[in-house]
Amino acid sequence: MSTEKTFRLDGRDIPFIEGDTVMDAALRAGEYIPHLCHNPEFPPHGSCRVCVVDVNGRHQCSCTLPADENMDVDNSSEAITDVRRSLLQMLFVEGNHTCPGCEKSGACQLQAVAYNTRMLNPHFTHFFPKRSIDASHPEIVFYYNRCILCGLCERVSRDIDKKSVFAITGRGINSKLEFNSLSGKLGDTELSADDKAASVCPVGAILPKYKGFEVPIGERLYDTKPISVVGDVAANHSAEDSVLGNADEYSSDE
Amino acid sequence: MSEMEMAESGKTPKLKVATAALCGCFGCHMSLLDIDERILKLVELIEFDRTPLTDIKKVGKCDIGLIEGGVANAENVEVLREFRNNCDILVAVGACAVNGGVPAMRNQFDLKECLEEVYIHGIGVENPQIPNDIEIPLLLDKVHPIHEVVRVDYFLPGCPPSADTFWTFLTDLIAGEAISFPYSLIHYD
Repeated sequence: MSTEKTFRLDGRDIPFIEGDTVMDAALRAGEYIPHLCHNPEFPPHGSCRVCVVDVNGRHQCSCTLPADENMDVDNSSEAITDVRRSLLQMLFVEGNHTCPGCEKSGACQLQAVAYNTRMLNPHFTHFFPKRSIDASHPEIVFYYNRCILCGLCERVSRDIDKKSVFAITGRGINSKLEFNSLSGKLGDTELSADDKAASVCPVGAILPKYKGFEVPIGERLYDTKPISVVGDVAANHSAEDSVLGNADEYSSDE
Repeated sequence: MSEMEMAESGKTPKLKVATAALCGCFGCHMSLLDIDERILKLVELIEFDRTPLTDIKKVGKCDIGLIEGGVANAENVEVLREFRNNCDILVAVGACAVNGGVPAMRNQFDLKECLEEVYIHGIGVENPQIPNDIEIPLLLDKVHPIHEVVRVDYFLPGCPPSADTFWTFLTDLIAGEAISFPYSLIHYD
């Protein structure tokens, strides 16, 4: 008899090892939990809250919650999907997410997770903040309009690239991504297009220049298959691929 | 008895549908027409009231109102409120109606800046002046999605929503079924 430890997720036994979070164990078992600020390559951040699940009657953030026996996790009910959809709607109205005019559209994790919750409208009143673009870097452009402050670029630039190019400053509605240079411009930082931090953005905030709309509509990462099948934007990125992804090599997954 | 005969015999009165384009590009109306020959089937089930297709100017009592485009000027507000008052079911069609879309990108700038850029400082402008005729609807300070002005019953995202989205929505709604879009029909671009 197996001594493997398990918890329940949507009625299925999910095995876990000591130190796993609910997210770790679920992803390993092939169960998709929607997430934005979490990238399984890096330690969890727990800031976007989109990976919220119901554990024994309480809402918990699955990317930071240590797995434990006796957990009964609801990851797919209409009730938990409603909560996630509301969180996403708040993210959409807080920024300026003009999908029809965005190079990342079709391969954007914010969009794909919203599709996953079947979000049809923004529900809330739009904030329409006035935000700018930093195109000072020769290879990379930054759109403040699209940044969801997930902190992935900040963490990866600091911990992996060892450059600390990015930092989130301010609090609440005044939170903002800043660049580590005297001028405050991205072009004056040490960021290189080869940096890991340049390819972890789940949305269209950090984009390579000269590659916009490279992948035609219909062939983009999330055009025909949902994120629960295709996986994250970052996981689909490889050195020879553009950040915008290429759906071709994943079509054999199903 | 075919549905057409039933409709003609008055057994199933045709649903009245009105459509309007506010601050949009008319792409959503073009996409509606992309249902192609299915429009023959559709007109067995519905009758168009005010729409750019019939050129009727005033909206009458309708079952369904389809609104393309966001709210950018005083006339948009008036038309939208008329639709809300006359349509049992009001539908936001396409990105501009749902979240302001591309026209809402002007919200980044003050209205004065926008007008001056186009009519005063624009390249090739002769006799620069900002139009100020009483016939021209006044622009709003910001472009708004329609749900910020009136209550909205359904939303069809997409830029534009595909012909299949219109078809699925209208046929499900007319049949009295829960509207259910497959994955490929939910997109924001």
